[in-house]
Amino acid sequence: MRKLFALTGILIVAGLVLAACAPVEPEVVTVVETKEVTVIETQEVQVKVPVSFVMESARLEAVKSNGKVRCGVNSGVPGFGFLNEAGEFTGFDTDFCRALAVAIFNDPTAVEFRPLTAAERFTALQTNEVDVLIRNTTWTFSRDVELGTDFGPTTFYDGQGMMVRKDSGFTSLSDMGGATVCVLSGTTTELNLADAFSARGLTYDPLVFDKSDETAVAYDEGRCDGLTSDKSQLAGLRTTMTNPADHQILAETMSKEPLGPVWAHGDQQWGDLVSWVVNGIIIAEEKGITSSNVAEIAAGTPEDPEVARLLGLEGSFGELLGLAPDFMVNVIAAVGNYGEIYDRHLGPEGTDIPREGSFNALWKDGGLLYPPPWR
Amino acid sequence: MTLNTPKTALLQPSRRSFWRDTRFLQALAQIIFVILVLIAGRWLVGNLLTSLDERGLDLNFSFFQRTAGFGIGEGLPFERTDTYWRAYVVGFVNSIRVIVFGLVLATVLGILTGIALLSSNWLLRNLVSAYVEVMRNTPLLVQLFFIYFGIILKLPSLQDRLTFGPFSLSNRGFYLPRAVPQEGSTLWLALTVAALVGGIILYRVLLRRRILTGVETWPGLKASLLIFGVPLLSWFLLSGSPYSIEYPELVGLRIEGGARLTPEFTGILFGLVIYTAAFIADIVRAGILAVPKGQLEAAKASGMTQAQVLRLVILPQAMRVIIPPLTNQYLNLAKNSSLAVGVGFPDLYNISSTIFNQSGQAVQVLSLMMVTYLLMSLSISAVMNALNARLKILER
Repeated sequence: MRKLFALTGILIVAGLVLAACAPVEPEVVTVVETKEVTVIETQEVQVKVPVSFVMESARLEAVKSNGKVRCGVNSGVPGFGFLNEAGEFTGFDTDFCRALAVAIFNDPTAVEFRPLTAAERFTALQTNEVDVLIRNTTWTFSRDVELGTDFGPTTFYDGQGMMVRKDSGFTSLSDMGGATVCVLSGTTTELNLADAFSARGLTYDPLVFDKSDETAVAYDEGRCDGLTSDKSQLAGLRTTMTNPADHQILAETMSKEPLGPVWAHGDQQWGDLVSWVVNGIIIAEEKGITSSNVAEIAAGTPEDPEVARLLGLEGSFGELLGLAPDFMVNVIAAVGNYGEIYDRHLGPEGTDIPREGSFNALWKDGGLLYPPPWR
Repeated sequence: MTLNTPKTALLQPSRRSFWRDTRFLQALAQIIFVILVLIAGRWLVGNLLTSLDERGLDLNFSFFQRTAGFGIGEGLPFERTDTYWRAYVVGFVNSIRVIVFGLVLATVLGILTGIALLSSNWLLRNLVSAYVEVMRNTPLLVQLFFIYFGIILKLPSLQDRLTFGPFSLSNRGFYLPRAVPQEGSTLWLALTVAALVGGIILYRVLLRRRILTGVETWPGLKASLLIFGVPLLSWFLLSGSPYSIEYPELVGLRIEGGARLTPEFTGILFGLVIYTAAFIADIVRAGILAVPKGQLEAAKASGMTQAQVLRLVILPQAMRVIIPPLTNQYLNLAKNSSLAVGVGFPDLYNISSTIFNQSGQAVQVLSLMMVTYLLMSLSISAVMNALNARLKILER
């Protein structure tokens, strides 16, 4: 009897579910429909009416209503993104996050730093966890095209290198046949390493960790013969070794690593904003505008028209981005120009990566930093 | 609905209106709950599909055929030019290796420790219970880091390695000689296996005869003569020895030849075994204590030795209590093996995270990984449930 009762109960439930499904269906459909409408709305702005230059960024609106920029950063690479003893994020990359916060809110503290591992960073962008990712990320074809991410102007031209012990006797990669190499998971370095050894016809054993400090400890303990990463990061990691003087970075460069800001594909206006804040910081150095003289220059009437445009004295460049007219004055006053940011973190007082003669010098000085004109 | 009405009417003759009937209300509440869950699920999936669509991504598995482009440190042979799928398989096999060795070693260590927890030896009992308490009450990841970074990597470097004859130990791993099969090894192996099987059958037959007739038949002696005699004789009688020994030697930067236990494999295996064995020990202790005292006393009274009491009376009955919670620990061990990424061992999780990073296809890789772990866990459960069922039948 009891079984029979249970069975009828199940039948009733099943019948009701089936019956209930029909009236519920349209409800679900309407939910989906309203969603689709919003998607089409933003796309109409972008695709169907490109001539009207509607400078409305859904992301910028969201950031403004949040009151802060959510910025994906590194927390373990001295010089670029590092959580210091005081619990503050410092570094070259994090200063660009602060620059964005100043551009939007005129407040360098309006940033929410999200420390991300190399493996998490793109998923964080794809799932809207962060508004922008400034975490020494290399611009590559597949990341740009396939991952649903867009890359901004390169802020640092890097290249992959190899750190070895001085007493190992290695002078180039060609000496390293059969070596064990510590490498970070989910990075282009993992692929470049395979390419570099394969091109030289050598074998190697990769030892893969998902945190940069774990690779460094394993190398420092002698588990690996070499530690590979971007040269700028190696310079920082070398300072964390038990005895930094025992290690050297080989001269060879295994790859091109242009590093810069990244955002999720789909909001061009937000991308423009990020790109032009970065460009503005580089132009400021080109024009000799620094955090100490920017107020003075902006108060007067600069002779150079580009300086006038950059500082919002001429034209309406800030409004086109949805920002205050003089946003670059605030940015330069708060974080400084490119040279100042570089010297603060990567100069002799920081991790000491020589700038003169490198790709990261201004184009006038033989480097690759060549920002498009501000007009 | 119409079909069910007469039956419910039969069961419930009361005339109460249906909206005041508790059973109806309960059913209604459950239906509403199911519908809400379905709506939430649909919303979540729809959300995922919309955001994938916005970024021009899809849920296709064909990227597994693309070239991986990275290297893998240990496991099946893997080249830079192999596919992502091959990398996934390498990771899977590495995980299985850790899990299988881990289950066997954790069981052996756990049972021994569990018995020692009940030992009458004060020193042994307290040492073992200190081990169990420390292991059970600290996080596994912390233990793994300690074992790998704090113990294994602190071993001497390859240049200053410790050697004991043909064995050597350094922070590059433990190297030992390896038997390399030669011509005739298959025949020798076949003979050995045949002798082993024959020996076990012989032992059983002779033992049974001794029990039935009371005449001494020397089952152990005769069986071991067969099991050890055949391989020894055939080793010398076959032309050339079936195996040669390969010694590890230092060549340049690495040791070539011989067998090797890598620090990463040792780290994750050792960590999982001593952690899980602590839990198993407590389960074994509880299982033994669950056997009624009368059983122990009766066994002792019938003149059995301590070992016989344990092997023939206590453990078979304790197993009934032990197996269900033991299954849980086995599943934990299998799932915890994914912590291998912390010590750099290329297991399924480690390689999968590399794959989804390099390919950007997180949803597909993660769902495939979940299905794989689910299948592993379900297989372990199935085996343990079968074992449980068998022991239950033997009980009466």
